[in-house]
Amino acid sequence: MDIKLTIDGKEVVVPQGTMLIDACRQAGADIPTFCYDPDLKLAGSCRMCVVQPKGWRNLVASCVTPAQNGMVIETDSPDVIESRKVVLELMLSRHKLTCHTCEKDGECNLQDYCYRYGVTESRFDGKVHNLFKDDSNPFIERDYDKCIMCTRCVRACDEITGARAINIMDRGHHAKISTAFDGELVDSPCVFCGQCIMVCPVGALTSKIAAGKGKAAQNDKVLTTCTYCGTGCTLELNVKNDKIVGVTSNRDPELSPVNRGALCVKGRFGWDFVNSPERLTTPLIKENGEFREASWDEALGLAAEKIKGIKEQYGPDSLSMFSSARITNEENYLAQKLMRAAIGSNNVDHCARL
Amino acid sequence: MAQEYRVLLEYADKINPESASDYIKVGGYKGLEKARSMNPKDLTEEVKKSGLRGRGGAGFNAGMKWSFVPQYPETKYVVCNLDEGEPGTYKDRIICQKNAQALLEGMAICGYAIGSNQGYIYCRGEYPFVVELLKNAIGNAKESGALGEFNIEVRMGAGAYVCGEETALIESIEGHRGEPRFKPPFPGVEGLWRMPTVVNNVETFACLPFILTKGAEWFAGIGAKSYPGTKVLTLTGDIENATYFEVPTDYLLRDVIYELGGGVKGGKKLKAVQVGGTSGAFIPPQNLDTPIDFDSMGAIGAALGSGAVFVMDETRDIVDIVNRIAKFFEHESCGQCTPCREGTFHCKEIMEKINNGRGSLKDIENLKVLTRVMVKASLCGLGQAAPIPITSTLTHFEYEYLRKLM
Amino acid sequence: MTNSINELESDAKCIFLIGTNTTENHPVIGYKIRQNVLKNGAKLIVADPRKIELAELADVYIPFKPGTDVALFNGMMNVIINEGLADSKFIENRTEGYEAMAEIVAKYPPEVAAEICGVDAEDIIKAARLYAESEASSVCYAMGLTQHSTGTDNVKSCCNLALLTGNLGKPGTGVNPLRGQNNVQGACDMGALPVVFTAYQNVTNDEARAKFEKAWGVTLSGINGLTLTKTINKAYEGEIKGLIVIGENPMVSDPDLHHVEEALEKLDLLLVQDIFLTETAKKADIVLPGVSFAEKDGTFSNTERRVQRVRKAISNVGDARQDWEILCDLSTRLGYPMSYNTPEEIFEEIRTLTPSYAGISYARLEGEGLPWPCPTEDHPGTPILHKEKFNRGLGLFHAIEYIEPAELPDDEYPIILTTGRSLYHYHTGTMTRKASGLDEFMPSNVVQISSPLAKANNIVDGEKIRVTTRRGSIELEAEVIDGIRENVIFTYFHFAETAANYLTNASVLDPVAGIPEYKVSAARIEKI
Ligand SMILES: Cc1cc2nc3c(=O)[nH]c(=O)nc-3n(C[C@H](O)[C@H](O)[C@H](O)COP(=O)(O)O)c2cc1C
Ligand code: SF4
Ligand code: SF4
Ligand code: SF4
Ligand code: SF4
Ligand code: FES
Repeated sequence: MDIKLTIDGKEVVVPQGTMLIDACRQAGADIPTFCYDPDLKLAGSCRMCVVQPKGWRNLVASCVTPAQNGMVIETDSPDVIESRKVVLELMLSRHKLTCHTCEKDGECNLQDYCYRYGVTESRFDGKVHNLFKDDSNPFIERDYDKCIMCTRCVRACDEITGARAINIMDRGHHAKISTAFDGELVDSPCVFCGQCIMVCPVGALTSKIAAGKGKAAQNDKVLTTCTYCGTGCTLELNVKNDKIVGVTSNRDPELSPVNRGALCVKGRFGWDFVNSPERLTTPLIKENGEFREASWDEALGLAAEKIKGIKEQYGPDSLSMFSSARITNEENYLAQKLMRAAIGSNNVDHCARL
Repeated sequence: MAQEYRVLLEYADKINPESASDYIKVGGYKGLEKARSMNPKDLTEEVKKSGLRGRGGAGFNAGMKWSFVPQYPETKYVVCNLDEGEPGTYKDRIICQKNAQALLEGMAICGYAIGSNQGYIYCRGEYPFVVELLKNAIGNAKESGALGEFNIEVRMGAGAYVCGEETALIESIEGHRGEPRFKPPFPGVEGLWRMPTVVNNVETFACLPFILTKGAEWFAGIGAKSYPGTKVLTLTGDIENATYFEVPTDYLLRDVIYELGGGVKGGKKLKAVQVGGTSGAFIPPQNLDTPIDFDSMGAIGAALGSGAVFVMDETRDIVDIVNRIAKFFEHESCGQCTPCREGTFHCKEIMEKINNGRGSLKDIENLKVLTRVMVKASLCGLGQAAPIPITSTLTHFEYEYLRKLM
Repeated sequence: MTNSINELESDAKCIFLIGTNTTENHPVIGYKIRQNVLKNGAKLIVADPRKIELAELADVYIPFKPGTDVALFNGMMNVIINEGLADSKFIENRTEGYEAMAEIVAKYPPEVAAEICGVDAEDIIKAARLYAESEASSVCYAMGLTQHSTGTDNVKSCCNLALLTGNLGKPGTGVNPLRGQNNVQGACDMGALPVVFTAYQNVTNDEARAKFEKAWGVTLSGINGLTLTKTINKAYEGEIKGLIVIGENPMVSDPDLHHVEEALEKLDLLLVQDIFLTETAKKADIVLPGVSFAEKDGTFSNTERRVQRVRKAISNVGDARQDWEILCDLSTRLGYPMSYNTPEEIFEEIRTLTPSYAGISYARLEGEGLPWPCPTEDHPGTPILHKEKFNRGLGLFHAIEYIEPAELPDDEYPIILTTGRSLYHYHTGTMTRKASGLDEFMPSNVVQISSPLAKANNIVDGEKIRVTTRRGSIELEAEVIDGIRENVIFTYFHFAETAANYLTNASVLDPVAGIPEYKVSAARIEKI
């Protein structure tokens, strides 16, 4: 059944059960959110998305309030604006404001909304908690002095990965995100999937592997397929100055059909081999048991000559090829074509069984 | 008038509260019998007609609440809120200690109305003796067969004030962190273990047997029209008779203090009275001629709440008291939503600053903005009500603040 | 996979994992299975000699002896048949060979199977009922099922089970191999196999050959080629003289590495194309630098047959070249000119020769990718195979007897060694050991042993011990754990310096697929 409501003077028709946030967005209102994540259980706790239903005493969180027939909603009444500003100031009051060195600079919700609502500083004297976790794991930086307690990380850890490594500890102003005994991630059930980084709206959780290499907002992102296991997860290579500087993921099921943004530790943190100084950069020819650098022309010329020699002397079936489960379809196709058409043998295989 | 009207507490100290047979001797379990002879729908209607409104603070019409419970699910629950975490409030404890069987009967009546066979009593952690008492009372009632199929379990609370909030209470029974849920869905539709659940206060349940035996009209005729019945009040602070009373709901606040309460202790002058618990408004002497019922209190910007009445004499330092209250809420915020988690902290910080003589006009301004947002945007009643002591004293006692500024 | 990955998150009502440590080797699939169990109450059966993570969530956990898979399947099928839980309509309409299979299976009542597998008969019965009675049951396996001398039998048994209960061709069902490497599926699809061209067209089939001869303009050999493991053996025997290795590392990944090393040393030419100087490349005569996935355009086909794009993000490193360009150049120099401008051009050629890819184009791969078969431009792809019929028409039951693993423990080698992968590394470690975080997190190999075994041998956690098989011995740090069968030890094969494959057996291969028995070697352990 459809219901009708008025949002900022515009009439919208939505199916019964639609949350106000979606109705508002349908009406063109840009509702700011922190804790809301359409893939996770609702929290309704950051109170950033509040709107004013006409005739109601209090504001409501649009992300958890179902639209009702005949409602009249204001998304930017003075009360709404004041509330959002104060919520932002309250967050700032416990947030270590170091945007200049923050990996999240440029794609941080807190920064964006402060900009939008003109919040430069907090009227509430802060007490930054010193919750930074000097965690020895090599993957994830946990700077909870930037945490705004949206609990998306906790929910992603539970509802996507199922690790249940982190939770909320303590109450009130002292509430914080931590592992069971407030220890390090390595001593928890954490599997370093980085789903928590993916959902964190601020710079509280970031990749140690990507740290200092380029702020994610300034990187180009190239959608591609993971090079490791056969699951075939889609990921985004972050590129800066023709170098891979990080991996992020895209949660759009259209673009990331298999994994919908979820990755594992290898996909999310295992990319920097690409930049390894040990990469081969030039052909090598072995002479007297030692490799020397060679030009392509020389190396390929020598290879062709030797292959031809063996083929002439012993026949094509004295040659064999191991193609690869890691190169592309196109390359595998050419590899077997080379073996079959150019050399004349069916001796081609790869490590499917290993 | 100026006298008590005892309904719930009529047989206080005259019967053994644990004993079903004692209770039956004075007419107990007749209400349940009557209820069970009715069709559940009519029963709910009857309760609606009595005008009984929640005694836990929110004042919602009990029968109305029950009528929202859908019929089809097989499993439903009746939960009694005996968290009683408000400092200065102990009326639910008194009701249990004087007449526990009436509470059990009330829960069974509710169970019959909504189609539930399972009740829980969530008892404040500081009341282990009440847990004992209730367990014995339940055992006794079960033995006597008075409850029939209806089962009741007692759960000990986690000691957090916020667990008195009905959805936090549900989370706590489920074994989770005591954090309120957002509403809707209301417990009536999705409550304990996501099943329809009615949560009522002890006093609310305890009214039910009398409504059934004596009739909805009788109940509706007692006290204030819009909030009929009696109310158990607990008096604390600078008062001669610091004890409990049961009064009809149209009783005047002035009479509570000067008649039943015997006046301000030592004959001092009254400075303010806070009704409804820690989050209640501070009422100045000029508003004393207000009936204690829910709506009349609301009209003067106060709330009846749990029925706690805290009396402050002329020597009291309002700002200091409010500062302590701010500390209480900073400690009791569950930490889930931003306005309350950070807001209660900053309320305390600013109050402390002012109280220590380091505050400025700017701080008062900031307090006003902050409390406005907390009231409007917090997730649950705790954050919404925590600022009321501040806002009500800024309205009626602003000079006390100004006096303390730098 | 006959079915798609996301069905495991919602459609499957019962999931049977055998020989797959999913949360470590296919982590994202592991998450989905876990969520299905936790959120939707899907049933979970885990059969594995090691108490893998998902076993904690399982309704039934069967810690069976390595290599007794066929007995386990037969035992389950025995229960299903005897309790009338088979899908007789499906058997009648869609299968053949039931009688012969049932005759063999009759010899494996659960008590007999339990005896062979070293488990409780009750668990086999419970697993059989769960699998057969659920509305949609999916069986998933990985190398734990296939890397045996009876690997092909194991897989056929697994298919028997699905056929018997009609768990094929519907959402949430299927026989689902989880392929270990990102493009194993694609490499197979593309004919990087000794017996087939693309899309599994047999090289011995005259028609198929004629088609490729016409397209490629040459005469082609109709003799089946050599598998990888046979190639190594033939090289050892001197019959293979030249070997081209592209992005593979047999010097770590293949069984019995001493044997591999000697074989490679006998070659006249070892040409290696790779992105690192791998253990194999070090043995090469010529090394050609290719590029990593970050530097190339193309397609990968994942384990659910979904063809997806790989996109170039950065330029070639140094003087390295695109692998396809290297192949073209080499081919041209061999007198068979190949020339393309882009990988897309190659793909366009693939389409014309590969019926299952014929409908796929780069344009169509923007977005969700496409699971093959996708025969025409307007075909939506095929997430679920065998919906109406099987490739061969009727599904064929196989009558399979249990055969013992080739190498059983004896007095000299009383323990079973089994090998596998870790969450933190990949295959031969060529990439992951150069990924700073992964290498820091798990810098070296361990051998997992049960506490009773450790106690009996006076070994403590963290102590270095020697593991020896008939092939050789390596020294490893012992990790004493509870969740492993008492006389089984486990080690990872990612680490070249302590490569498990110095210990594994190359002499016995699965007779059909040529898969080595990585999962069972007789071994002994010693204190050092
Ligand atoms: C912070 C907070 C604390 C509360 N504590 C109590 C309590 O101790 N006892 C109680 O009955 N209701 C308490 N309530 C009210 C309950 O949420 C709920 O409204 C009540 O149990 C419903 O019962 P009633 O309708 O019978 O009043 C509290 C509410 C809030 C917001
Ligand atoms: S990395 Fe993954 S497992 Fe670890 S805390 Fe984050 S979400 Fe949880
Ligand atoms: S760490 Fe990030 S995701 Fe987690 S609660 Fe804090 S701000 Fe939210
Ligand atoms: S991210 Fe992990 S699970 Fe996904 S394809 Fe890569 S290795 Fe496999
Ligand atoms: S208002 Fe306070 S107590 Fe209520 S949910 Fe928010 S933080 Fe928790
Ligand atoms: S986004 Fe709605 S409350 Fe957080």
